[in-house]
Amino acid sequence: MKLHEYQAKDLLDAVGVRVLKGVVAGQASEIEAAAAKLSEAGPWVVKAQVHAGGRGKAGGVKLAKTRAELIEKARGILGMTLVSKQTGPQGVLVKKILMVEACDIAKEIYVSVLMDRKAGKPLVIASAEGGMEIEELAVSHPEKILKLHLDPLAGMQAWQSRELAYQLAPGEPSDSPVIPALAELLMGLSRAFFKYDASLVEVNPLIITPGKDVIALDAKVAIEDNALYRHPDIEAMRDVAEENPKEVKAAAAGLNYIALDGNIGCLVNGAGLAMATMDLIKLHGGAPNNFLDVGGGANKDTMLAAFKLLLSDEQVKGILVNIFGGIVRCDLVAQGVIDAAKEVSLSVPMVVRLEGTNAELGRKLLAESGLPITPAAGFNEATLKIVEAVRGK
Amino acid sequence: MAIIVNKNTKVLCQGVGRAGSFHLKGCKDYGTKMVGGVQPKKGGTTVEGLPVFNTVRQAVAETGADASMIFVPAPGSADAILEAADAGIKTIVCITEGVPVLDMSRTKAMLKAGYPGVRLIGPNCPGIITPEECKIGIMPGYIHKKGKVGILSKSGTLTYEAVHQTTAQGFGQTTCVGIGGDPILGSTYLDLLPLFEADPETEVIVLIGEIGGDAEKSAAEYWKASMKKPMVAFVAGRTAPAGKRMGHAGAIIGGAEDTADAKLKMLASYGIHTVDNPSLIGAEVAKVLGKR
Repeated sequence: MKLHEYQAKDLLDAVGVRVLKGVVAGQASEIEAAAAKLSEAGPWVVKAQVHAGGRGKAGGVKLAKTRAELIEKARGILGMTLVSKQTGPQGVLVKKILMVEACDIAKEIYVSVLMDRKAGKPLVIASAEGGMEIEELAVSHPEKILKLHLDPLAGMQAWQSRELAYQLAPGEPSDSPVIPALAELLMGLSRAFFKYDASLVEVNPLIITPGKDVIALDAKVAIEDNALYRHPDIEAMRDVAEENPKEVKAAAAGLNYIALDGNIGCLVNGAGLAMATMDLIKLHGGAPNNFLDVGGGANKDTMLAAFKLLLSDEQVKGILVNIFGGIVRCDLVAQGVIDAAKEVSLSVPMVVRLEGTNAELGRKLLAESGLPITPAAGFNEATLKIVEAVRGK
Repeated sequence: MAIIVNKNTKVLCQGVGRAGSFHLKGCKDYGTKMVGGVQPKKGGTTVEGLPVFNTVRQAVAETGADASMIFVPAPGSADAILEAADAGIKTIVCITEGVPVLDMSRTKAMLKAGYPGVRLIGPNCPGIITPEECKIGIMPGYIHKKGKVGILSKSGTLTYEAVHQTTAQGFGQTTCVGIGGDPILGSTYLDLLPLFEADPETEVIVLIGEIGGDAEKSAAEYWKASMKKPMVAFVAGRTAPAGKRMGHAGAIIGGAEDTADAKLKMLASYGIHTVDNPSLIGAEVAKVLGKR
């Protein structure tokens, strides 16, 4: 689950990481009152709070020197459509802004903690060259990126944080106060990663000020979805306004759904088969509307919810059901199809392929239902039939 | 010959709630030597005619079990894995989906340090089957047939496709392992490929991958360096958008090398037979075996 910068800063602050929290506004009418809580003297920075990166280059981060300028810049960014490399050409609407005191910067550092799936351990990625995009640095100067694995049972050790701090601030003298402050901040990022079951904790830039303060100036935290049950307080921070409305609706019904651009609605069991079904539709010249895995424990209710979701989508011009029953029983799937088609009038062509546990019983139920459903024997045949059925629509 | 599990493997089921007992029965009906269940507070009762124990240690002492199938819900899965390892179980198959990745990271570290002889398969996987001998998992048994294709896959239902197709072609399978769809897995392709290479009955290996991570690349490098048997590969997710988690926790495109197209190209560049149509896995296997 993605979080906004201001939420990430709250979480880091709670484990002792030094951040500048600033103030948040979600309505134009809130801007002046919120800004009044900031320091008397500027400059300040206004930052768009969206789940996409690349905000700076897209005009979503602006400096203001005077109070009037702060209000004006805040009004400009709130409600703008931000288009960055990560948002796609349609962009995203900025629904919240963060206003925060600006800082003089002597040095910028990059740090992130994430899970290294190959090693099976958390990994710290850091560079003394902060501020720029890490992906670009990885390509242009891979030698400038430091990597450090953490023991998943013990977390970051003090010596690791010290060694890393000396490497990240090579210009500092041995007894500089920057080193222990930086080491403590690195320990804090590790603590946050473990405490919150994060999938990512990223600070870019982490700064050293001319006065030798060490501050996490930006913050990005994402929480691993499978561990959210352990963090109801963080789950409550979910900003559904930043998510695809169809996906929010699907998640509420317990469905594993991702919206795509095409016109063939897909209902499949199993994530791998669901992806492969989309791939095969594309290979045969069609366009999948969605990824939808009804999962292993699919019952009549989830099937009904899945059909309602697909049939209420105006983009959907045909539906392909592809079920290979392992846990899920094909007769239950068939009953779900029949119930859903009766409840929501079936207005588009539907091809159904059932294989696996109780497949024959399922096919029999469909055949006897009197519904306009095209059965298909194989995976390939089913895909060809639905692509053919929606062609020209 | 059978890989990892065979007709003599004695299997426990940890977690005998609705799903656990349903699949315990499925495995038993298939012919697997199921010897009991484990569920705290339920010791002394029975499930599908088999004894239920409070702890894995008791169950092992009473039944001589050497493998376990785990259906314990996600918050307790890692604990169940470690309990089985400490009780002396050598093959642990964790079916449960949704185990927090940090739990797996810790569990893997503990297994490596304290229980080096334990083989964990999963979590978030369909299990392992040696056709006509031993099924530990949720796969529909009847589509399998004893034969010569070894199958390794991140996906459950897509494994069934490959099984179904290779059965229909008349080849059958030696052993099929669903390694799971999570970012951190007990056994990777790399841990299992040497077993298939060494198995005299496996003539061809089918590898089914997904977007995300670089496990397919490690597998391809190992195949090129150390294996002689032909391999057929498919990678799901060519149409998946970047940055979205496609059902499986591990199926998310992070960088350019994570995409299905990049992986298929990479696999082909090593000399592995790739298919871009998942319904042609069986046909490709036939082609490869025909050439031999």
